[in-house]
Amino acid sequence: MERKIRVIVAKPGLDGHDRGAKVIARALRDAGMEVIYTGLRQTPEQIVQAALQEDADVVALSILSGAHNHLFPRVVELLKEKGAEDILVFGGGVIPEDDIPFLKSKGIAEVFGPGTPTQTTVDFIKTHLKRS
Amino acid sequence: MYEDLARRCLDGEVRAVARFVSLLEDGDRRAYNAMSAFASTMGKAQILGITGPPGSGKSTLTDKLIGYFRGQEKKVAVIAVDPSSPFSGGAILGDRLRMQGHAVDPGVYIRSLASRGQLGGLSKATAFAVRVLEAAGYDIVIIETVGVGQSEIDIVKVADTVVLVSVPGLGDDIQVIKAGIMEIGDIFVVNKADRDGADRVVREIRAMLETQAALKRGKSPSAGPDTLALRSAELLHHGQTGAAPSSQIEQIEAEELPPVMKTVAETGEGVPELGARILSRFEGDRLSGALESRRLSSIKAQLKDIAAWQLLDLFADSGGDGRLDSLAEAVHSRSMDIYGAAKKLTATLVKGEQA
Repeated sequence: MERKIRVIVAKPGLDGHDRGAKVIARALRDAGMEVIYTGLRQTPEQIVQAALQEDADVVALSILSGAHNHLFPRVVELLKEKGAEDILVFGGGVIPEDDIPFLKSKGIAEVFGPGTPTQTTVDFIKTHLKRS
Repeated sequence: MYEDLARRCLDGEVRAVARFVSLLEDGDRRAYNAMSAFASTMGKAQILGITGPPGSGKSTLTDKLIGYFRGQEKKVAVIAVDPSSPFSGGAILGDRLRMQGHAVDPGVYIRSLASRGQLGGLSKATAFAVRVLEAAGYDIVIIETVGVGQSEIDIVKVADTVVLVSVPGLGDDIQVIKAGIMEIGDIFVVNKADRDGADRVVREIRAMLETQAALKRGKSPSAGPDTLALRSAELLHHGQTGAAPSSQIEQIEAEELPPVMKTVAETGEGVPELGARILSRFEGDRLSGALESRRLSSIKAQLKDIAAWQLLDLFADSGGDGRLDSLAEAVHSRSMDIYGAAKKLTATLVKGEQA
């Protein structure tokens, strides 16, 4: 049997808008991936535990509240603490261009802004998976 | 690597458990072989099945039950199954969403599985994943099935105790007496019991259970179907079994019937009672020996499934498609009938002959 790509789609922070996250979840599903949707208002700790328990290959974070500079790096940091740096982490949402270099320096593999074609995200995952 | 991974599972290491379950899902045969390491822990956990239609509140109920069992000092693992797309093979696994409050509790492990083409409400790997979780030291393993319709009853082959969740508003009492899903509940729950019609569903299920018990006790000849229907009707009108006027059927002791309980999972109402009932049911089955005989029949049912899957694997391994092509041609050109061709195909596989 082929190995399935497992993706956690999570919304850290306090904004209550998950349309984008759901669209991404659908697109990844249609690309044959297994998407674990963890829902709104997740702490980095909850997201990381979900990623570990679910044996995820990818963590996709969506945020619109502006707290990305704090919450995104925290997820990467916690994964590293748990010895799970082989999980690919990327983000999306409303994130100013100027913040992207900082996020990338903190281990966020990519940041997708509004209007990114879903196929771009699918391709990104397929080419950047860190786990065999 | 596999033996090491199995050892780490026995130590309760979360990442190892997660990895092992994935290997089972992907059909890795070396992982299946390594499962012999779990022989000594087999049967240690209580395996609880939660099943019912989509949207009946299984995940929310599971979330609340986790809380109850944690309060009883039990370590809890959850396997939540959701359907895979028959088109893309992908899935959205959304049961975990309702249980994320327990994500950071080290005494709780939650794992979402996609059904991956299985139609019985579980995935192929589910029964095996249970063995891994019990090896990792979880006292209770809750399996939440996909949202089921009328006939997805694989859960009965895996669970020690099945909780069947119903909700008001799904149909009349004929739905309740249909064959299939309504036959497998050990404990019946009417969730969303704050909605209109909940008491009616409780009465319908209770009437169904009483009828079933009467039939099982061989009372049907003297009672006759009309009397049974009458009795059901009485129950529908009066609700309480005790309040109904005496009929030809003798009183059936309430305790031998599966309980029908009301819950409002959203608020947690009725959950402690349900949790206590689940634990006492398990304990009772263990003492009476019912648990072991049930587990034996589970093993029988699973053995049959696994043998069938192995046959299909053998088919794939032996370049079965080529053989299939030639047999299909033969059927298509009417030189062989399809039943005979299928028999030939199976015979070839079992002998391990190449096409």
